[in-house]
Amino acid sequence: MTNVLTNTLAFDFGGTPFGVAPPGVAGHPPKADDGGAPLREGPWGATPAPEPVSAAAPTRPTLEVKGLVITYQNQKTGELTEAVSGVDLTIGHGEFVTVVGLSGCGKTSFLNAVAGLIKPVAGSIAVAGKTVTKPGPDRAVVFQKATLLPWRTVLGNITYGLDLRGVPRKEARLRAEKYVDLVQLRGFEHFYPGALSGGMQQRVNLARALVTDPHLLLLDEPFAALDAITRENMQAELLNIWNLTRKTVLMVTHQIDEAVLLSDRVVVFSGRPGRILAEIRINLPRPRTADAKYCSDFDLLTKKICGIIQHSASKKATWSYEI
Amino acid sequence: MKYDLYDFRTRKLLESLIGLAMSVGVIIALLVLWEVSADLNLIDPMFSSSPSRVVTTGLEMIADGTLWKHIKASGRVFLAGFGLAVLFGVPIGVALGWFKWVNRAFTPLVSAFYTMPRIALMPLFIIWFGLGDAARIALVVLSAIFPLIVNMQVAMQNIDGDYRKVGIAYGATQWQLFWTIALPSSVPFLLTGLRLAMGRGLLGVVAAEIFGGAEGVGYMLQYAGATFQIDVVFVLVVVIMSFGVIFDRSLFWISRRVESWKIAEA
Ligand SMILES: Nc1ncnc2c1ncn2[C@@H]1O[C@H](COP(=O)(O)OP(=O)(O)O)[C@@H](O)[C@H]1O
Ligand SMILES: [Mg+2]
Repeated sequence: MTNVLTNTLAFDFGGTPFGVAPPGVAGHPPKADDGGAPLREGPWGATPAPEPVSAAAPTRPTLEVKGLVITYQNQKTGELTEAVSGVDLTIGHGEFVTVVGLSGCGKTSFLNAVAGLIKPVAGSIAVAGKTVTKPGPDRAVVFQKATLLPWRTVLGNITYGLDLRGVPRKEARLRAEKYVDLVQLRGFEHFYPGALSGGMQQRVNLARALVTDPHLLLLDEPFAALDAITRENMQAELLNIWNLTRKTVLMVTHQIDEAVLLSDRVVVFSGRPGRILAEIRINLPRPRTADAKYCSDFDLLTKKICGIIQHSASKKATWSYEI
Repeated sequence: MKYDLYDFRTRKLLESLIGLAMSVGVIIALLVLWEVSADLNLIDPMFSSSPSRVVTTGLEMIADGTLWKHIKASGRVFLAGFGLAVLFGVPIGVALGWFKWVNRAFTPLVSAFYTMPRIALMPLFIIWFGLGDAARIALVVLSAIFPLIVNMQVAMQNIDGDYRKVGIAYGATQWQLFWTIALPSSVPFLLTGLRLAMGRGLLGVVAAEIFGGAEGVGYMLQYAGATFQIDVVFVLVVVIMSFGVIFDRSLFWISRRVESWKIAEA
């Protein structure tokens, strides 16, 4: 039953120009995320949009990953590399979860699998109860590289996802305008990406994902390419944006302080192949600001996570020495 | 601040004016040298003409309408041939680059034609299409089409994987990927293709008319050469050169406009 539904939905999205209108209405009974509707229509209030539906019946977790295995095959030698090995992860509605781990441990692979960009060799991924087989309007990705389309203006880039879904131009523009304000790009709407700084490009990248109003927002080291100060500013802004939108977020990063600052829960990956070493709940108060960094708990949490990663890395190192 | 900007602009303007003056200066110097050597009989005017004689002959040809008649005839052939080359070349190149199996199947054929001197096919075209415009148009098409095909093919094969990934992540269908990613990113290649095709097309017109026919710049060039009208030959050389430069500059200008996104603001 679920499978049939998923397939038809997926097909609809690919096939019809007017495809799935706002995500969340896509044929499922009212779901938690339909609480996003007032947000889309109205201006941002000081308080997050109320979500009566989600309180009533959060039927399925927003993300359910079970036994995920991702393997790459070398195109020349045929050799197999396991990038992710047996990951289980569940993310509830409105939760901000971050995966941390060393470079090359399979974070991007994991995120891309959730995005539907690569196929896992084993395991299952479901977003709001729907099995993931390919990209869909219920998810939006913010890539590590901004990869804005250079021939589209800032506004054109933000509306890109909506244009693909056949949202009428006027409506797409209107929706995009709100996110222009949210990511503080007012005045730059008609600039081409080439004229923007790295930080501004990354804001457009973020707005391009947010405007599609996904169930699940996927962030792949969104600030890794930025200089330290810009990165801190962007982290503060992301906190602010999250306070206003309360999106369900899966982020991956190798920056532990970033993970602790932003998340409700931090998932620690081992070195390649990525497995979950630990899950750490971050109980820093919400709504959070960048000042949370000066909390005494903040240092404790970062040290703890750092310890887990180093411990597993060193264990591996001594192992190989012994062999 | 304002004055600085003003200064900057003035300097830039001055620089480009000096550049222009120098390039014009070189041409004028050569023309003067030519004129003087002809006047002093250092070179035989019978074979080498002179700038003043070229100008007089040119004006005469304009006045009696012969020049215009031939330019019109050549222009007709060129426009038809170039238009057809764009009409067919662009989609063919796109198909070759976009569909892997089409690429595999047709690339050897395309390469074979690409490297072959097109004028060698003119006798065939005359047999197939007769001595009228059709054979000449065919040669222009065949001359101009390959740069377009090859450039569009390369464009399709060089689509940035990251842009493609963005398209796919946001749910683009193949068709949408083509329209929103492949086509816009192929514009620089298209413009290069058009520029090359223009040059080749021009070459094709002249070559076809020299080969056979009763009007057109190439025909007249051939006729004037055969009858030792050196002045007329030079007038026509100047005409052909001017068209080449005008086409090339205008396409260059267009590509600068179109690719403004590469540098800055709308
Ligand atoms: N397309 C690919 N083909 C082959 N191997 C890959 C590919 N992408 C990633 N890998 C390998 O998988 C491992 C995990 O990569 P990745 O998910 O990018 O890690 P991370 O994002 O944590 O740095 C790396 O060792 C990398 O070499
Ligand atoms: Mg990565």
